[in-house]
Amino acid sequence: MTINTLAKGGCHREQMACFRKMEKVIVAMQDPDMGMKMRNQRLLITVIPHAMTGHDIIAWLTHKYRISEEESLHLGNMLVKYGYIYPLKEPRCLVLRPDESPYRFQVRPLTIYLAKKNIRKQGELMEYEKERYSLLHKRINHTWDFVVMQAREQLRASKQRRKADRIVLECQEQAYWLINRPPPGVNNVLDTGLERPNNFSCRVTLVSDFIIEACRKALGRNRVKSSICLEGFLKYSEQYLNHDPIMQGCLPSNPWISDDTAHWTMNAEIVPVPTRLRVERWSFSFMELLNDAMGRREFMTYLEKEFSAENLYFWQACEDIRHGESSKIVEKVEDIYKNFLAPGAARWVNIDSKTMDKTLEGIKRPHRFVMDDAQMHIYFLMKKDSYPRYLKSDLYKNMLAKAIVPQETKKSVFPFMRRQRHSSPSPAQTATQAAEEEGLAKGAGANSAAGSHF
Amino acid sequence: MKKNKITLTNNITCFLSNSFLVKMKTSLKYMRSPPTPEMATQEVPLNETLAHLKTESETLKSKLEEERAKLHDVELHQVAEKVEGLGQFVMKTRRTLKGHGNKVLCMDWCKDKRRIVSSSQDGKVIVWDAFTTNKEHAVTMPCTWVMACAYAPSGCAVACGGLDNKCSVYPLSLDKNENLAAKKKSVAMHTNYLSACSFTNSDMQILTSSGDGTCALWDVESGQLLQSFHGHAADVLCLDLAPSETGNTFVSGGCDKKANVWDMRSGQCIQSFETHESDINSVRYYPSGDAFASGSDDATCRLYDLRADREVAIYSKDSIIFGVSSVDFSLSGRLLFGGYNDYTINVWDVLKGTRVSILFGHENRVSTLRVSPDGTAFCTGSWDHTLRIWA
Repeated sequence: MTINTLAKGGCHREQMACFRKMEKVIVAMQDPDMGMKMRNQRLLITVIPHAMTGHDIIAWLTHKYRISEEESLHLGNMLVKYGYIYPLKEPRCLVLRPDESPYRFQVRPLTIYLAKKNIRKQGELMEYEKERYSLLHKRINHTWDFVVMQAREQLRASKQRRKADRIVLECQEQAYWLINRPPPGVNNVLDTGLERPNNFSCRVTLVSDFIIEACRKALGRNRVKSSICLEGFLKYSEQYLNHDPIMQGCLPSNPWISDDTAHWTMNAEIVPVPTRLRVERWSFSFMELLNDAMGRREFMTYLEKEFSAENLYFWQACEDIRHGESSKIVEKVEDIYKNFLAPGAARWVNIDSKTMDKTLEGIKRPHRFVMDDAQMHIYFLMKKDSYPRYLKSDLYKNMLAKAIVPQETKKSVFPFMRRQRHSSPSPAQTATQAAEEEGLAKGAGANSAAGSHF
Repeated sequence: MKKNKITLTNNITCFLSNSFLVKMKTSLKYMRSPPTPEMATQEVPLNETLAHLKTESETLKSKLEEERAKLHDVELHQVAEKVEGLGQFVMKTRRTLKGHGNKVLCMDWCKDKRRIVSSSQDGKVIVWDAFTTNKEHAVTMPCTWVMACAYAPSGCAVACGGLDNKCSVYPLSLDKNENLAAKKKSVAMHTNYLSACSFTNSDMQILTSSGDGTCALWDVESGQLLQSFHGHAADVLCLDLAPSETGNTFVSGGCDKKANVWDMRSGQCIQSFETHESDINSVRYYPSGDAFASGSDDATCRLYDLRADREVAIYSKDSIIFGVSSVDFSLSGRLLFGGYNDYTINVWDVLKGTRVSILFGHENRVSTLRVSPDGTAFCTGSWDHTLRIWA
């Protein structure tokens, strides 16, 4: 690495990682056997040795990494931007051109400077210079010969002042300074954002304790075989494939592509008739059903018929405590007790005695998670019992049969018209209106915060 | 904060703050005098403890790896051989949102699938209707580098924060005359920059992560700290809430190269993964909640399965040299999108482990990437001051 990075206290850790990788690419490019074929390149009337054309660079990258030309161009551009390769034509413009423009590998001027000095003074560098020199030597060992060669070349050139070398030197330095002192308007590639980390190594012993604790716990945990877990991913992706608009498209069309919002209108929160895909999704998992407002409503209707709706009401009330305001917890817990748990309650829920006892005990000191056990019990009850029966019920089957399958609208239907992009009411607006209406109809009592019903 | 440079043996150099040294003194009982440069000479007792702890944790870690390896009977790409490959993949920029005056650092979608909130280095937080590209609200924060922003589930508020070490909630008012900044509510308070924030299932709670190495859960109404999560050894850079049935866990990633899974109720770290070679910039759950993906400065994305308790896939390529700033899954979890520091977006086949496509367009690094709630598109924010919607 260069003195620059070292001098900054080695704080640019993120840059170090990609510099190392870029250097790997550069080293591979310079490999005598598999690397780039360097030759004399013509720049107007001057001949520059050890250069390569933009076109060659791209071809080499495409071949070596098995990527497209577009990607090689992009990667090559990065190498130029970061100064690993510099252009001999138009040195002010750090861009890789996929043509016959000549380029050369950059070696940090400071490195060359020290190498030159070393050669000239036969090893009589200053102490600090010696230190840096050997550090550099260690770090760029693989290209050291190249550095020495460049240094020798430069020394020779300064004696003979050959035009070609002067051009090369100029370009080299220009490129170097363009990167380290970018003119306004040009991206500063050395910009790494905020310095990170801020807190590293501050808590060495505390963290070691934590690691040991975590490892001990982890050793005791139950693990599932990889084959079983990984099959799970396959199943999930397959099941949801048709529901993934980026993979399969969506009906009638993707609003972002066609500028038509029909897809969103048809899949709004509450619609008279839902789409088929949506109703199908309710059968994927209990969570899918509950997470969909319409699904939940349908399920509630079904439970009413079965006289077990109190379970869903109870579950909803518990969710409200868990995610609601801290200040309302006590009041809500009392309500739940009155409506669902007290003997003779209007919507008494059937919880096993152990959980019931634990919950009643916890109610004496109500907190956010006091209902968790009871809520889970009822959740799994619904999931194992009511949910499968709902999916087999006429109610669900009819819903599925009635559901819409939208017609696909191809973009070509509107070949020359650019559709009007209509705005939609902001959720903030509808909420304010709703709040106003609620305020007018005072004393309604059912005032959950505007937050929870989206 | 003044930092004292302490050199221990084995060339471990720690920069310890005065306050931390004070804490160490009392807990280790090795040092009695106030911090002085001569502290270096009192290395010996401290070193022994550290060395001992280090060997113990190394031994445990290798034991853990052994245990994990026992149940690893097959690789993901092997299992995925029977799955059909993905065909030609075409995604283009469908909208470009211009308006920020500096680097875009973060963005989030509204549940209505078309609105987004974005924040930038110059302190501006903007709410857009991405579909029409209209700006609907704009707030100027009193600090620069607003690294975190989030949309409330109701769509009625946004949260944001950054170098001010706080997370503030702004209710979105449609009254043009109303100054949004006036209604601002300070919720979270950390001792270092805010790196990420997210509302939980409602507008009432916010989860934050910070450069101070901790995550925290806050009650929005009162600003009260509900739970804090300690365990990262360095800045925490990202977090994501689990989409599970019982909804009680989240994952965080940090500069210590670790991804930790936490129980929100107890504050305990329930699982930890350390296979990345550099800072973890982004973590995102697989849609089923059984796994999560991470993106790191080491230029790789990785997939960790929570039931198998191990890393199950690495998404990397020799030609990809620059770090990943953010990742997200497509709706079915088949595709993983990564925004990279070399200005590109790489699209990965999650099951087969191959790179499906590379997208060009941004003129500087991609700093944030999120798929829309209904999976119809994804949005990227970049240091080139713009946001793009891709579909």
